Amino acid sequence: MNLPTLESINLLAVLPVLIVFGWTLVLLVIDLFIPSGRKYWTAWLGILGLLGAAVALAVRFIDARGAAVTAFDGMLTVDGFSLFLQAIFILTAVIGILLALDFLPRHKIERGEYYILLLFTTGGMMIMSMAADLIVVFLALELLSIPLYILTGFARPRADSEEAAMKYFLLGAFASGFLVFGIALTYGGTGTTSLVGVFNQLAEGEPSRDLALVGMALILVGFGFKVAAVPFHMWTPDVYQGAPTPVTAFMSVGAKAGGFAALMRILIVAMPAVGEAWGMLVAILAMLTMILGNVVAIAQRNIKRMLAYSSIAHAGYILVAVSAAQRPEDAPLAVSAAIFYLLTYAFTNLGAFGVVLAVEREDGSGNLLEDFAGLGRSKPVLAAIMTLFMLSLTGMPVSAGLVGKFFVFQAAINASVGNPWILAAAIVGIVTSVISAFYYIRIILIMYMQEGEPQVVLKPALTVALALTALATLILGIIPAPVFQLAKDALLTLVG
Amino acid sequence: MLVQQYLPIAILVLFAIIMALIVVFTSVIFGPHRPTKKKLAPYESGMTPIGPAVRRLPVRFYLVAVLFILFDVEIIFLLPYAVVIRQLGLYGLIATGVFVVILTVGLLYEWKKGGLDWE
Repeated sequence: MNLPTLESINLLAVLPVLIVFGWTLVLLVIDLFIPSGRKYWTAWLGILGLLGAAVALAVRFIDARGAAVTAFDGMLTVDGFSLFLQAIFILTAVIGILLALDFLPRHKIERGEYYILLLFTTGGMMIMSMAADLIVVFLALELLSIPLYILTGFARPRADSEEAAMKYFLLGAFASGFLVFGIALTYGGTGTTSLVGVFNQLAEGEPSRDLALVGMALILVGFGFKVAAVPFHMWTPDVYQGAPTPVTAFMSVGAKAGGFAALMRILIVAMPAVGEAWGMLVAILAMLTMILGNVVAIAQRNIKRMLAYSSIAHAGYILVAVSAAQRPEDAPLAVSAAIFYLLTYAFTNLGAFGVVLAVEREDGSGNLLEDFAGLGRSKPVLAAIMTLFMLSLTGMPVSAGLVGKFFVFQAAINASVGNPWILAAAIVGIVTSVISAFYYIRIILIMYMQEGEPQVVLKPALTVALALTALATLILGIIPAPVFQLAKDALLTLVG
Repeated sequence: MLVQQYLPIAILVLFAIIMALIVVFTSVIFGPHRPTKKKLAPYESGMTPIGPAVRRLPVRFYLVAVLFILFDVEIIFLLPYAVVIRQLGLYGLIATGVFVVILTVGLLYEWKKGGLDWE
């Protein structure tokens, strides 16, 4: 028998995710002995665990020097790509906890399980970014999704929260079905579930390549649900509106990044042989997503719904980058653009939802666009921060959003030589960016031009989260080069 | 070649369908058909139904079911492990240990949350 050895398991390489899971299990027990009303202890302990994971991640990053290794007998790949995304996930989780710290007691739904479920989801995302085997991808997807279903319904007595959880669960389970069927067909076509194996089989031009092609399309459908790409976006507005706002913030960033992590690894690493096929599909999805997301967002009166459609649109921009990675020689630039975009989007969107949180009232109202009227006068700093986030989401100068969009479209234009689909997607992206300015800038106009008395509750934890995200958005907008260099070095690799 | 191998099964399936159709439709076509209200009730000659069939039942049953699955899965993994315990050695012991610890945390959680108290 061929037993795994300590070297083949390589626990050190996956230490960050082990810390997250191990600490969460311990925290689950600790939380039982924390009296209700003191649940912020769980939150701070959770942040402590995440910081521990961040330290382990940094050590790993310095140790590895860009080299990729495998863990658990080739089930996980620890490369620059996964390290970069794990950093995004840890950041998102920390900010997600900070956003929830005051929100939960104010809405009388303070339970320690919130933080524990959030940490489990984060662990799932981290595995997702490393998964080098289709079965592990599925496992990580479930690990990511199931706690999110529960978190969506966390404001339990509120009917819209329960409705959102039910919708998310049903559609999410349905999407998982598509993914599993896609994995099964890929396995049927190539005879292996490991990404390295799939790559080798497809490169040899197996006779059953068509089966793997159908599998690829179904995998794309499954992830299309997760990242909210049109036409698989139906759940997004309802779920984002119904879920408690910190969960929406966390979900709109984390789940999306997790979905893209695995999608990019499967398509770009394992299936470059059929790159032309999936490149075209992804480009079409990207165009539909950007057009529908941006146009429908104009009609929204509820800010959470508007941000939901905006998050659909942003999934479209990232899909443009994924589509641009269809040829192996274009892939490194496109992948680094995509993950850099995910980072800028993470900061900006978390911050925007943070401002929404501050304006939201205890009974769940205060989410309409009109509720932001007069914010410019009563809370000038908060309004200025919101302006920054809105400009960043639009892609205006001196904000992270512009830089992210620039790199994505640059990668797309570079890759579009001889490929009209990518070029079309890039053009649609630029046009829809202009359309998106309408509804983002409308918020700014409402804040500064309309009279109103918004009821703002700003507690320390939320202030810290807002300051962090605003600063990051600004810094990434002014001096993006060092971080983009990191993204460029974060290579997506095939090791087995 | 492959398709021909499946031919007997296809014939079997076809015969099963035809037989089922014959059994169902012979009685419909040839049998007498005189319905009364009593005959159309869900349980003919039984008690008169009171209220809808969908009842609310205590959520505790579900907790017990979850707990049952928890240990069911544990047994499913532990039994095969017991067969190859010597071959797997220390690695198997540690892996199974991690698995059992995770399940135990789940049990601890349910216990402390009062999931085991019936009243």
